[in-house]
Amino acid sequence: MTPDPTRLHAHELARSLRAGEVTARELAAAHLDLAERQNRALNAWLSIDRDRALGDADGADRRLADARAKGPEAVNALHPLLGVPVALKDLVSLRGGQCTAGSRILEGYRAPFDAHITERLRDVGAVILGKTNMDEFAMGSSTEHSAFGPTANPWALDRVPGGSSGGSATAVAAFHTPLSIGTDTGGSIRQPAALTGIVGMKPTYGRVSRYGIVAFASSLDQIGPFARDARDAAVLLHAIAGRDERDSTSAPVPVPDELLHLPAGDDEAAAWLRGRRLGLPREYFVAGMEPGVEARVRESVASLESAGAIVEEVSLPHTDYGLATYYIVAPAEASANLARYDGIRFGPRLGDGDVLGNYLATRGRGFGAEVKRRIMLGTYALSAGYYDAYYLKAQKVRTLIKADFDALWAQGFDALVAPTSPTVAFPMGARMDDPVAMYLSDACTLPVNMAGLPGISVPAGLSDGLPVGLQFIGAPWSEPTLFRLARAHEAITADAAWRGLEPTDLGLADDPATPAPAERLAAARTALSDPALAR
Amino acid sequence: MTTARGAGVAPGAGSTSALDRYEAVIGIEVHCQLRTASKMFCGCSTDYDGAPPNSHVCPVCLGLPGTLPTINRRAVEHVLATGAAIGGTTPEATRWDRKNYFYPDLPKGYQISQFDLPLVSAGSLTFDTSDGPATVQIRRAHLEEDTAKLVHATTTEGRRVSLVDFNRSGAPLMEIVTEPDLRTGEQARRYAEELQLLLRSIGVSDADMERGQLRVEANVSLRPRGTEPFGIRTEVKNMNSFRAVERAIAFEVERQARALDAGETLAQETRGWSDDRGETYVMRSKEDSHDYRYFPEPDLPPLRVEPAWLAEIRRRLPELPAARRARYREALGLSAYDAEVLVSDPDAATLFEATLAADARLDATLDAKAVANWVTGEYLRLRNAAEGPISVGPGDLAHIVGQVAGGTISGANGKDVLAEHVATGRPAGEIIAARGFHQISDASEIDRVVDEVLAANPAAVADYAAGKAQAVGFLVGQVMKATRGQARAELVQSTLRARLDVPGDKVGG
Repeated sequence: MTPDPTRLHAHELARSLRAGEVTARELAAAHLDLAERQNRALNAWLSIDRDRALGDADGADRRLADARAKGPEAVNALHPLLGVPVALKDLVSLRGGQCTAGSRILEGYRAPFDAHITERLRDVGAVILGKTNMDEFAMGSSTEHSAFGPTANPWALDRVPGGSSGGSATAVAAFHTPLSIGTDTGGSIRQPAALTGIVGMKPTYGRVSRYGIVAFASSLDQIGPFARDARDAAVLLHAIAGRDERDSTSAPVPVPDELLHLPAGDDEAAAWLRGRRLGLPREYFVAGMEPGVEARVRESVASLESAGAIVEEVSLPHTDYGLATYYIVAPAEASANLARYDGIRFGPRLGDGDVLGNYLATRGRGFGAEVKRRIMLGTYALSAGYYDAYYLKAQKVRTLIKADFDALWAQGFDALVAPTSPTVAFPMGARMDDPVAMYLSDACTLPVNMAGLPGISVPAGLSDGLPVGLQFIGAPWSEPTLFRLARAHEAITADAAWRGLEPTDLGLADDPATPAPAERLAAARTALSDPALAR
Repeated sequence: MTTARGAGVAPGAGSTSALDRYEAVIGIEVHCQLRTASKMFCGCSTDYDGAPPNSHVCPVCLGLPGTLPTINRRAVEHVLATGAAIGGTTPEATRWDRKNYFYPDLPKGYQISQFDLPLVSAGSLTFDTSDGPATVQIRRAHLEEDTAKLVHATTTEGRRVSLVDFNRSGAPLMEIVTEPDLRTGEQARRYAEELQLLLRSIGVSDADMERGQLRVEANVSLRPRGTEPFGIRTEVKNMNSFRAVERAIAFEVERQARALDAGETLAQETRGWSDDRGETYVMRSKEDSHDYRYFPEPDLPPLRVEPAWLAEIRRRLPELPAARRARYREALGLSAYDAEVLVSDPDAATLFEATLAADARLDATLDAKAVANWVTGEYLRLRNAAEGPISVGPGDLAHIVGQVAGGTISGANGKDVLAEHVATGRPAGEIIAARGFHQISDASEIDRVVDEVLAANPAAVADYAAGKAQAVGFLVGQVMKATRGQARAELVQSTLRARLDVPGDKVGG
């Protein structure tokens, strides 16, 4: 076996598999070995199912062998994800597998059915390695709100990987898998992609079926891919996208095959940029943005311009209201979506048998603090006498936020370019006791969810040795444009020094003496609460 | 507010006095299970009656994490059809809302329902009462999902447990709410009966109260006669029959009147009806009332009702009970009674219509009233005796009615033929030929049989002479028996009476 397969992109793995240079079983085993070895230090995975993964890999190897026996045409017709490893965020239902959504309240629950995207991934022959860590019910921006301990950022183990899909992002950044699935309600794919230096795409609302995905906020949730380059992410999106009768909000919009054929060559990819009109929304350079982040973003913008793109500063005047409206709409929907966790049909049941007592004990002990905070926010916003002032008004503002974007699409912009996160990865514990500071992590991403638009985060260099993310935002159903932009950005920064760097702390992650993320977080919180150590 | 015309007085002791001083203001909410093959938001079968608990369930109707609802188009059509039948209006875009509350029979912790944009608004329904016709305005009809069923049981160790059967969870449910137009328990009962008939006639629900397919709740308040403001209302539940609806409301009117007379302040509360005790009791008070925190269901896009779709549903509507009732009475000349029996019995009405149609294909000689008599009489008697559906060929019934009307066979023989036809499925013509039925209209032959019967039954003759007029019926029966039912009944009657009523001429001894 030639180079370490864990360092390869999915499209390279697909080529090797077809050429017979490696088997799906070998690929799966190499990734599983690495994941198992480093999970103590990174806590990216909540479950690694080696037996099932190897079984799936054997199935893929049989399909490969069958195709090879039939000839080159059959091999060419194989799906590019056949035999390629993938990880699922632990809120994607996988028949017979755990599905905790990062919560105690779902401990022991095993989904009796596959999510739509799980079916799709099985159909194309992808090898599901396991389920990844996340903020409880996807509520958070750091993965510190997981009931099963935080995930570490492979670039700095004492920092967060972002969230809520922090496990999926870290697993890809640390080479445990070339691909993973996340969900994005306010930035939960793009922000961790930015903080771990990988590609993460949140598709147009309705592009991917939500059937079988544990719901956080139904009108905002979307499922999307993580990968280490644009081409891989596009192929994974292609596999999971499309109308599903079981999700009435999934749209009957064709999935463009263009996603499977992004330009491989840098010159072709860069050439596409010529004459593209990009808007640079001034409101996204928010107060509190780190200078290093702003510098990297502006450098990327400059390189896009020198490659022929036309960048104009634009305004999205209602951006400032995004956070406030998001924190009414999302918790309101969540307060209803999370009502089903009552201990009656699945999950642990606590209490002494009396109905109210069971509810109080099961939900009181099963949910973490952040989840309870949002259930209370949402319940309040929907209550009699407050509905009009909060929920209804928030929905109106949401319409205005969407109209801001629509006005720009009407002016002919191909996409917008913006920072993904105002900061690089922050230290564990730093925002745990300041919910608003934590919420501000998503200031640049959540308006995109409010408007139902696609957005992608791509690596744009380092600031203080930590990854910075660049975000492209597009009109509805413009994923191919965003992937072409992402691919072009890769091409024009291919020679940048940071492109060749691997996450700084991977060596540490391999060291059995490295403390687990939960210990790091506990230590950080002790330090923060110690008056002697506080400023 | 629109008031019902023909407001009357509920039967029952005491209600007259209460209703002299107070006017009852009554609104009715009906929950009705729709007749669909699958549940409201998933593919599970609704054929769970008598099935083992939790055998008709799936991840969706169990509310498992990650599941999503999909709309049952047929259920929507049923509500739209109901709306068309009550003359209601339907908006071009309607939507779904979540009604939030915690209970073990509600797996998602919310019920998908409709709040401020129901499928149907502003309809009405007219029905007969003992005081003449009344019309109630129907505020809305909307679609929602049913809850699971809680079963309270005691284990073999004596522990009290609550079990949940999710078979019913997610079954399609239509809620129909009237304006507070009703004034008496009788009106409420009659409205519910007429609504049941309508729902059955248009095929949207089996609407069987005993099987919980039709659940009636009443909002009842009183106000002094001649005043406008509503009094404090109670909501009455658990009325499991039409009779219970009438009784419970009559009781509630009396109870509230007595309380008001005594200067008490009524509590806004939910009360249950105990059929055994004949009274209502407090189930929960206003303080326990929920804030349901309705908000639009984000998992379902707004539902567009295209005008063409609605037009097609209207076009497919069958003749409605009120129209059919009028046609039977006015065009076909049926009695009010026969018309009502036929209209309220879909099988009987179908046979009636089909028999007339069969006759029309032949020579169109039958009198609709005669056919109605046969259907409401013999057919229903046979069907009730069979305790299940029976099959009658419309051509066969037309043949029998025609033969009897033409005097070819006697009415008694006609009944025998129908019974045999039901039992064996043999064509009526074949039965008549095989059994050699013909009618005896010859007076001398009947005279002879009457003589024999009078001679053989001196006791009956003596009874008659002693003033027991019903003895003649027995004697007619004996004559018919002796002639194998072939004697013309009117001739037997007149002959017998002529012989028995001759003064002093005591026949047979």
